[in-house]
Amino acid sequence: MLKLKVNDIDVEVEEGLTVLQACEKAGVEIPRFCYHEKLSIAGNCRMCLVEMEKSPKPIASCAMPAAEGMNIKTNTSLVEKARKGVMEFLLANHPLDCPVCDQGGECDLQDQSMFYGVDKSRFKENKRAVPEKNMGPLIKTQMTRCIHCTRCVRFATEVAGVPELGAIGRGEDMQITTYLEQSMQSELSANVVDLCPVGALTSKPYVFEARPWELKKTETIDVMDAIGSNIRVDTYDWEVKRVLPIINEDINEEWISDKTRYACDGLLHQRLDTPYIKYNGKFEKASWQEVYKIIKSKLENTSKDKVCGFVGDLTNMETAYIFKEFFDRTVESVNYESRSDNRYINISKRENYLFNSSINGIEDADLILLLGANPRYEATILNARIRKSYLNNSTRIVSLNDCGDLTYPYESLDGQTKTIKEIIDDTHKLSKEIESAKKPMIIIGESLLRLENAKYLFENLKDFLNKKNKFSEDWNPLNILSCDAATVGNLDLGVLNNKTNLIEDLKSNKFEIVFLIGQDNLNFVKKNEFVIYQGSHGDKGAECADIILPGSAYTEQEGYYTNLEGKIQKAFKASYPPGDAKEDWQIINELAEFMNNRKLFNDKDELDSSMLNYLKLKSEKQTEQNDKNSISDFNNENLKINIKDYYFSNVIAKSSKTMIECNNAKINFKSTGTEG
Amino acid sequence: MSLRKPAKDQPDSFEFNPSSLEAANNIVAKYPKGKQQSAVMALLYIAQRQNNNWIPLAAMKYIAKFLDMPYIKVYEVATFYTMYNLSPVGKFFVQVCTTTPCMIRGANKLVEACKEKISENECELSSDKSCSWMEVECLGACVTAPMMQINDDYYEDLDKEKTSEILDKILNGETPKPGSYRGRINNEPENNRKTLTDLKNA
Repeated sequence: MLKLKVNDIDVEVEEGLTVLQACEKAGVEIPRFCYHEKLSIAGNCRMCLVEMEKSPKPIASCAMPAAEGMNIKTNTSLVEKARKGVMEFLLANHPLDCPVCDQGGECDLQDQSMFYGVDKSRFKENKRAVPEKNMGPLIKTQMTRCIHCTRCVRFATEVAGVPELGAIGRGEDMQITTYLEQSMQSELSANVVDLCPVGALTSKPYVFEARPWELKKTETIDVMDAIGSNIRVDTYDWEVKRVLPIINEDINEEWISDKTRYACDGLLHQRLDTPYIKYNGKFEKASWQEVYKIIKSKLENTSKDKVCGFVGDLTNMETAYIFKEFFDRTVESVNYESRSDNRYINISKRENYLFNSSINGIEDADLILLLGANPRYEATILNARIRKSYLNNSTRIVSLNDCGDLTYPYESLDGQTKTIKEIIDDTHKLSKEIESAKKPMIIIGESLLRLENAKYLFENLKDFLNKKNKFSEDWNPLNILSCDAATVGNLDLGVLNNKTNLIEDLKSNKFEIVFLIGQDNLNFVKKNEFVIYQGSHGDKGAECADIILPGSAYTEQEGYYTNLEGKIQKAFKASYPPGDAKEDWQIINELAEFMNNRKLFNDKDELDSSMLNYLKLKSEKQTEQNDKNSISDFNNENLKINIKDYYFSNVIAKSSKTMIECNNAKINFKSTGTEG
Repeated sequence: MSLRKPAKDQPDSFEFNPSSLEAANNIVAKYPKGKQQSAVMALLYIAQRQNNNWIPLAAMKYIAKFLDMPYIKVYEVATFYTMYNLSPVGKFFVQVCTTTPCMIRGANKLVEACKEKISENECELSSDKSCSWMEVECLGACVTAPMMQINDDYYEDLDKEKTSEILDKILNGETPKPGSYRGRINNEPENNRKTLTDLKNA
């Protein structure tokens, strides 16, 4: 520990920290533009100048390592003068267009010039004008406002792993641009909008939409992937204007993916706002009472084993739980399922379907083996962590398949499952590496679990790791990379049926009533089934439905989601469902009341506590079960990673215009042929 | 000076010829393994020498691949240093120093001569396409200011007339004699002064 003084306050800091961090520890705020905790140090804005005893000139505190016995002063006239001087230079070329700038109200330069700037300019020269740059469909540029902090350049190079941004030219003529103004090919690109301390890079879809002080801010959870990024939803009236990240060091750090940020305009389109009934192939508006009545008579006149229910990929846990209760208690059937494919899951123990090493654990891992997973598209934030781990520790990364550019170098194997068998049988060179690694990570994607031999591979891989003593109290090397926000929550609640294959039965049209809760990914051909769809968006599920119950999206109701690590988080209500739509749990509760004259739960609190109690009991009871005998013989298979189209992976993203633009930009980029 | 943009007409491809390749490999070999990117400036210069004194985008891409670094990083370096020409220059490439010492000694007269003889704007080819000129920062020959560089040679102790004569010669395809135009040999003092303490003739 180093001891130093900041404004006569004694502070102790760890070695390797900077003077700026020491000042923060002493509770002294230092103005800064280029410095950012998560990025490398540039030291080029000079705003953080402080006075150091025995130094003839002020020092840049962000770039100066703290040292023993330093005496730092931040409140002297020298420091004040230095800050004023730097601010004057920064403003020399910065346009005074705050009234028409989207950053206004949340602009670092605006705030700091109020505190540290002077109220008039001595420059009579013309201001510099810089042409706008094309950075793709998400980032609007107004480069005249740029103060050359290079945060965006460092972010693209370090965190996103796409070194496409750079500063060209020199001095006054310096400009930030992408290489030949191509759009940025990263799923994290829009984070540069948050990083930009001025209005040079602003959000294109959000341009001139609202001022920050007009928006209602709700801190909640994202559902675009299974990571469960912490987000802040900004709403104006009931409309979701934008989504921003909030810091959670254990999950998303400070970043969110472009899909998380920009799919929110999908909440405005294709919405189901009133109940519908299909008469002669045409949907007609109906009242809640009418649709409940029809559902009741249908359910009463159908035998229990001909009814089935499917829960979708964005459904919160309360809805899944009350749906399960509805089937158990009201319909008295166990034909419910949350998977949309026949992937293998051993739910006897939670560890069998979680990302056990945890997202933070990625940074400690010394060997990462990807089996049937493409983390760049399946879990973008997690991929950024793997890149961070690679940058900090040069972690060795091996993938069974060639996944293209993952933003870090990795060795790819042949993509055949016999290679996994070789590893399990201790005949592959990787077996030795796994054995000698202290903290290996095996990341299993859903593509592998969909294989016919998934059970053989998964259970034997677990045995192999057990034999090598890789499971310890503080490390579990087995990781399942779930893709959807609801996956783990549904498995925790036991919303699946391992006894009968409901999806095959559905595809062979064995059911008479199909109840879909936000499930749009079942590719079945409808024959004579009576389909009830409850959800927020009109997509595949609603198209084939006979009755539509309008539900709410993730920003419109409170609900729990469990992320892929098994961390349970609550999403809060930021807005209201449109029209007559109701919260999802409420619809099922009312339906149950209509059928049996008794609600399943009196209110949301009762539902919550019942569900949390269920989870608690289940976690206490779990025992590892493994039916070894039923493992079939091994056949080699070609493992192909099937990932959903990144920008269209769920109903909200599919309804989003911004996501369509992103997808088009990507297609155009590919077809120019200049990328090679 | 404003930001230099790459030329509009770009060749489709670029590759080092055998002698450039050898020179490039020699330079890369000077750096430790994994640090070969440090050779980017030298390689850009080699490419410029090979390609009629300017660097096309194809060459930047080629060098980026050669050194295994992102395109934008090479592009940054090439746009930063004024020594790299991003658009075609004449066979005779005139660089007039206009930094303070030369400016005080009348560099703007040299610029005037260039404007009259070669082209109205800098970085523009002359009417016969053989010659172009630009203002540059200090070329390190302040002792013989004002001066200019034509291709690899320095022409020193100039004034407007002498500059015009030199430019006339190069526009006729001749190569004028480099060095001082007031008869100095190298940087020796004028009027037989030999030491700094010898104040007699100062």
